[in-house]
Amino acid sequence: MAEREKLIEIKDLQITFGHGRKKFVAVDHVNFDIYKGETFSLVGESGSGKTTIGRAITRINPTSGGEILFKGRKINGRIPKELDLEVIKKCQMIFQDPMASLNERAKVDYIISEGLLNHHLYKDDADREAKVQKALREVGLLPEFASRFPHEFSGGQRQRIGIARALVMEPEFIVADEPISALDVSIRAQVLNLLNRLKKDRGLTYLFIAHDLSVVRFISDRIAVISKGRIVELAEAEELFLNPLHPYTKALLSAVPMPDPRMEKKKKLLVYDPSMHDYSVDKPVWEEIKEGHFVYGNQKELEEYRKEVK
Amino acid sequence: MMEQKNVILSAKDVEIQFSLRGKKLNAIRKCSLDLYEGETLAIVGESGSGKSVFTKSFVGMLDANGSITGGEIMFEGKDIAKYTKEKEWLTIRGKKIAMVMQDPMTSLNPLKKIGKQIQESIELHQGIKGEAAKKMALEMLEKVGIPNPEKRYNQYPHEFSGGMRQRVVIAIAVACRPQILICDEPTTALDVTIQAQILDLIRHLQEELKMTVIYITHDLGVVANVADRVAVMYAGQIVEYGTVEEIFYDPWHPYTWALLSALPQLGVKGEDLPTIEGTPPNLFNEIKGDAFAPRNKQALAIDFVKEPPFFKVSETHQAKTWYLDPRAPKIEQPPAVRMLRQQMRERG
Repeated sequence: MAEREKLIEIKDLQITFGHGRKKFVAVDHVNFDIYKGETFSLVGESGSGKTTIGRAITRINPTSGGEILFKGRKINGRIPKELDLEVIKKCQMIFQDPMASLNERAKVDYIISEGLLNHHLYKDDADREAKVQKALREVGLLPEFASRFPHEFSGGQRQRIGIARALVMEPEFIVADEPISALDVSIRAQVLNLLNRLKKDRGLTYLFIAHDLSVVRFISDRIAVISKGRIVELAEAEELFLNPLHPYTKALLSAVPMPDPRMEKKKKLLVYDPSMHDYSVDKPVWEEIKEGHFVYGNQKELEEYRKEVK
Repeated sequence: MMEQKNVILSAKDVEIQFSLRGKKLNAIRKCSLDLYEGETLAIVGESGSGKSVFTKSFVGMLDANGSITGGEIMFEGKDIAKYTKEKEWLTIRGKKIAMVMQDPMTSLNPLKKIGKQIQESIELHQGIKGEAAKKMALEMLEKVGIPNPEKRYNQYPHEFSGGMRQRVVIAIAVACRPQILICDEPTTALDVTIQAQILDLIRHLQEELKMTVIYITHDLGVVANVADRVAVMYAGQIVEYGTVEEIFYDPWHPYTWALLSALPQLGVKGEDLPTIEGTPPNLFNEIKGDAFAPRNKQALAIDFVKEPPFFKVSETHQAKTWYLDPRAPKIEQPPAVRMLRQQMRERG
């Protein structure tokens, strides 16, 4: 594990909105690394700050503390212009709602090539068209769709257009912000398969943001659970499901609906109450409790987690 | 499940058409359904399968260009499919059959206080006015688990979170003690943790108020959690129905198979999830044979020629597929279904 190349490193990241008395801490001292070629998932409720982290990596939201490193170079805060452009090209984003994230007045051709146009990443018009068509084919759409408008497509097809728009820039890293939450069950499977195939073919790395743990298990290599701007647990996908330690992770797991009626009817819903932690004297730390399995807690809690984990 | 089953609502061969640009769209094609008192029925299917339209016809909420063109819907001894006037519908809608819509962001009036919106429904349907109605509205707020009802009564929808708003919508729906509550994707717009709470709330209210609940959803996880019985819809028809255990552990319609197999929860990591290729049929055209056949890789020759009837699997379980005909070749259920059944047996 130690040998693996780190593509993204997040060190003590802090993001706040507003100033003075109205200051709101959205992301609070967050640390994690994303290795090249893996799917790293960030799971939490709405308002937990998961999207904010994704947006900070793609330089949409400014940060107020800490560091984000892309291939070992700092990419948050003030950075040289060339690096800024490189990050914009190499880190792309896929959005949640395919109904809202495409320009209704633009043809698919323009939507996909907008990034190319902005950065002049093509030799001539024929080259640009070829790139658009290649991207369309890669996501399983027909090249002639380029001349159509978004409203002519179904939800699944629109999400594919959103993916093609990210792919055409030839990124290394993609932030997928709840890419399947707004889709129908049958289309979800298609989009997940597509993301997995692209990962294999192109060696992509994903940051997958979601609120549904069950979907995330299928697609991710590692999962981080985030609550109120803090990552409370991080582990490999299977490990997290077998050995959930933090009470918030357990609560999330208990809320996930499983397609198994007998299991569902027996299930007990756990509710997470943040006031259960007494951090007044014993300060909490971020600790590796087992190889690759991190959890946030104070010494007393960590002691219990150690007993539990085996 | 209940021992003695009283049918509370019975739909027989319902057909619903919409006229669009001079053409007729057959949204519901001969749908039959018996709803038993006190049960929870889930209707599942893709978007466009007609699950919303079908249930909207129970409360007369079809769009202006749509109408029930055939069949009957019997409720309290009357055929409500024959209702045409708004006045007739008002004796049922909201009062006896109420609906909870998908998106709590759009189903509340942003300019009116929460309390007034609940009160409005009580005043309209129950003839209780003024202070008495306000008292009831406060009771309702408390019942759906909104803390501090006195203060919340005077707040506007934008001051509520998504989950709280959905609680208000539920309060409005159950304020008049309906016999049937139709929940149209009540939790799709919500977080998983909130979703679990809302499902729990509906379950409690159902027990307390002795309601019959219809869930419309495409999330099979939710179905497994709440339903007693399940009806699977495709292209304007119910293709399979049975108890929740029969549908999950022993389904027979290839469409039910495909829906279950496509779930990421049942997928094998590193392998592709089985997907449903193609798109649902165009309902402007007449459909020949089994509507799902063009998307079914294991379709039989007869599927393209003749529409299958319902075959009985058990007293409570029927599926509309030729696979169950004694003359059909033996076709095995897909791996995801076999896995579910095996897991169930292992756990006992």
